[in-house]
Amino acid sequence: MERSRRRFFRDAGAAALGLGYGLPVLGTGCSFSEEGTHTEGDPTNQWAMVVDIEKCKRDEVRAACVEACNRAHNIPDIPDPDEEIEWIWTEKYEHVFEDQVHDHTPHAVLEAPVLVLCNHCDKPPCVRVCPTQATWKRESDGVVMMDMHRCIGCRYCMAACPYGSRSFNWRNPQEFIAKDVNGEYPSDYPTRSRGVVEKCNFCVERIREGLPPACVEAANGVSGGEGALTFGDLADPDSEVNRILHDTHTITRRHSLGTGPNVYYII
Amino acid sequence: MVPGMIPVKGKGVRTMSDRKFIYIGIAVLLIVVLYPFLHGMVASGDTTQPELYLPSDASECIEETEYMTANHMVLLNEWRDTAVREGIREYTSQSGEIIKISLTGTCISCHGRKDEFCARCHDYSNVTLSCWNCHVTPEGN
Repeated sequence: MERSRRRFFRDAGAAALGLGYGLPVLGTGCSFSEEGTHTEGDPTNQWAMVVDIEKCKRDEVRAACVEACNRAHNIPDIPDPDEEIEWIWTEKYEHVFEDQVHDHTPHAVLEAPVLVLCNHCDKPPCVRVCPTQATWKRESDGVVMMDMHRCIGCRYCMAACPYGSRSFNWRNPQEFIAKDVNGEYPSDYPTRSRGVVEKCNFCVERIREGLPPACVEAANGVSGGEGALTFGDLADPDSEVNRILHDTHTITRRHSLGTGPNVYYII
Repeated sequence: MVPGMIPVKGKGVRTMSDRKFIYIGIAVLLIVVLYPFLHGMVASGDTTQPELYLPSDASECIEETEYMTANHMVLLNEWRDTAVREGIREYTSQSGEIIKISLTGTCISCHGRKDEFCARCHDYSNVTLSCWNCHVTPEGN
């Protein structure tokens, strides 16, 4: 077959164009199909919490929540604020919702105490960065889990979390857990060791037994604190959480980041 | 002088008169290399198998004793992964019994004395175990 120089150049050009446009399109197609099998961020069930800021303004309510959590999970009481371990704690409104305040927000609002904890995000950035998969989003109920056996203490997750929900064990926490008269820890929950990161686990050990999280139970036990915290399944249309979200104006922390927090606040 | 031999300045010619030092060197080397074996031969007989505190109300663990002695660490690692990562909290033993996967709930309910059970063997074989760094330590009552 006779092939002219002109025809050769034309075909070569067409082939180069085809490769240049075709491969990226093919690649995108492949990555789409990969993402399709990924169920992260779309679990069947999703536990969620609603925090009523007004009901949580009373110190006794917040103190009861924090105390119950600390006892349920053997959380150490480390005096140095740089090294303290917190699963649920109080922050000022202006720090929790820094994108909701402005120059003319009343002082009382800026200073209002707000309970904060892990948001158990739909798309948790901490999970994306963990090099050992020590933290992952549980598909069955959306809880962002921690496996202390696997954590190597690199603290990438702490850098990634936009809510500061995670604490690092700079020292052996066991020395800072108050034991009772029999020399026993407040609960059977395993303590952590030096060099691991920890955070709120939505009380997986309690919800497994059909109990509400310790903080929710504690808030309901304080007079005036009933309903300060509500816990439920977003996938269940009849859950109390869904009822509140449907009827009431609620906000989440730093919604614009797209992490999809599952702790909602009634302001 | 032997033809072809190069004289070394100040030392004369090397001969086999160094034989004495060579034999001493070999003897020292042999002693150093064989010391651990000799020591073991002399000191053997001192070691006794550790005595374990065993629960009186059960004749066998969740699997056969031989299997547990050899493979408890494998089983515990499996339990750890299935319970923590997959949320599976039931284990079916070879005999078909369904057992709750729980270090504190199942293992320690029988083996409740760390110092007289876990530690005896682990000290003997010089294997560090890290379970009790975090999990509730069975001190026994």
